[in-house]
Amino acid sequence: MENSTSPDPLPAPVPALPRAIYRHRLTTRIWHWLNVVTIFIMIGSGLTILNAHPHLYWGAYGANFDHAWLHTPHWPGYLTIPTGYNLAIARRWHLTFALVFAFGLLFLMISSLINRHFQRDLRVRLTELRPAALLHDLKEHLAFRFHDPKHPSAYNIFQKLSYVLVIFILIPLMILTGLTMSPGMNAAWPWLLDLFGGRQSARSIHFIAASGLVVFIIVHLTLVILAGPINEVRSMITGRWTVPEDET
Amino acid sequence: MNVLTRRTLIGGAAASAGLLLGGCDRFAQNEQFRQILFSGEKINQHLQRLLTDRDALAPEFRPDQMSPRFRTNGTANPGTPAYNAMVAENFAGWRLKVGGLVTRPLSLSLAQLRSMPSRTQITRHDCVEGWSAIGKWHGPTLKSLLHAADIRPEARYVVFTCADLYGGAPYYESIDMVDAFHPQTILAWAMNDKVLSVGHGAPVRLRVERQLGYKHAKYVMAVDAVASLAGIGQGKGGYWEDRIDYDWYAGI
Repeated sequence: MENSTSPDPLPAPVPALPRAIYRHRLTTRIWHWLNVVTIFIMIGSGLTILNAHPHLYWGAYGANFDHAWLHTPHWPGYLTIPTGYNLAIARRWHLTFALVFAFGLLFLMISSLINRHFQRDLRVRLTELRPAALLHDLKEHLAFRFHDPKHPSAYNIFQKLSYVLVIFILIPLMILTGLTMSPGMNAAWPWLLDLFGGRQSARSIHFIAASGLVVFIIVHLTLVILAGPINEVRSMITGRWTVPEDET
Repeated sequence: MNVLTRRTLIGGAAASAGLLLGGCDRFAQNEQFRQILFSGEKINQHLQRLLTDRDALAPEFRPDQMSPRFRTNGTANPGTPAYNAMVAENFAGWRLKVGGLVTRPLSLSLAQLRSMPSRTQITRHDCVEGWSAIGKWHGPTLKSLLHAADIRPEARYVVFTCADLYGGAPYYESIDMVDAFHPQTILAWAMNDKVLSVGHGAPVRLRVERQLGYKHAKYVMAVDAVASLAGIGQGKGGYWEDRIDYDWYAGI
């Protein structure tokens, strides 16, 4: 609130100190770093599992004599967990860390509803989706200006949309399609098969959603580097983020 | 921020990713970490059992939903002299031994097994590698066999010993009582309306529909009720479990 009516003369201009704002709640930061480790392991071990049968199908069944819509390349050892082909150990990594991944999302969902992170930071307003607004944000992005100086702590619309996509669509899809591939879960929750159109469709969607996460990670890391990696990474560790315009 | 720094960062990220992947291998060799890594199996098993009714059925399919071709996997033919001799006489001399912790050990001929009340089910077979095939299976329930042999209450697992040899030792698998008494757990002697072929496990294979393919032992010769898996094979409850650390609980 700047409603001061003080008649004092203006002080001599002094260089503004960089403003640090509290941007990331503790629960957000815990989940972020947990996911850095977990998603790294899930992708590496997932690629080993895919190497075991590198063909993707639609429908309930799909094996060597059936029509595959995609033949994936052989993923080299420097991308996989373990680095040598070992399906049993890859499954141990994948299915143990799947628990961390799934319950981690549950933790974020509950904590972000309680601390209002979702409502405060991720709520997309209709005005933000108007073509003019989107075009404006796009131009700002191309000029490497990623936040609104008037509301430095607010996410821009592309950030909001990508975080919403990851938290509410891609990661839930990964978890649910993963569960759909489990024959035990098929007996417990047969509706999962109806939802995704069969086990092999779920397997294909699992791969597509994982590819979406990989694209997100590449774009996310690129933008962290462009926006100032030290400030961005520090803010995800301490929660405090320095407003770039204030930096000299 | 100049381009060189950016390049260094990206290069550094790629290099550290490589180091981390290698680090994962070293982690997986550490005995304590290995225990944590392997604990996921039991957690997943307990969570699934918590969510699943004991008799909840695996999905069954219509005949028009079946795979046009059902590939074979694992052993395609045991090929041992003993097995070849059984094939030559059309399994006339084959006997299924039901023993272990039972009060009435059984020795059943194929004709006797075929005359038992049977269940027919069109189910999906899921290989641990990722592929699936839908086929039709027909045979008596394991439950009816275990009742006929009068399984004793101290039995906790059922072990299946097979005719195919790996390095001189027979393939084997095991399941617990939840799956042994499940209505879809059958000893199939027919597949897709034909007598079970050698490629798919003649004369009899296990179907345990809520688990992955390697649990579905083929060429079954003996069914034994046991109190513990210790002392059988290397003690982990199955050939692949012993040999390369596949999960014993393969419901996921």
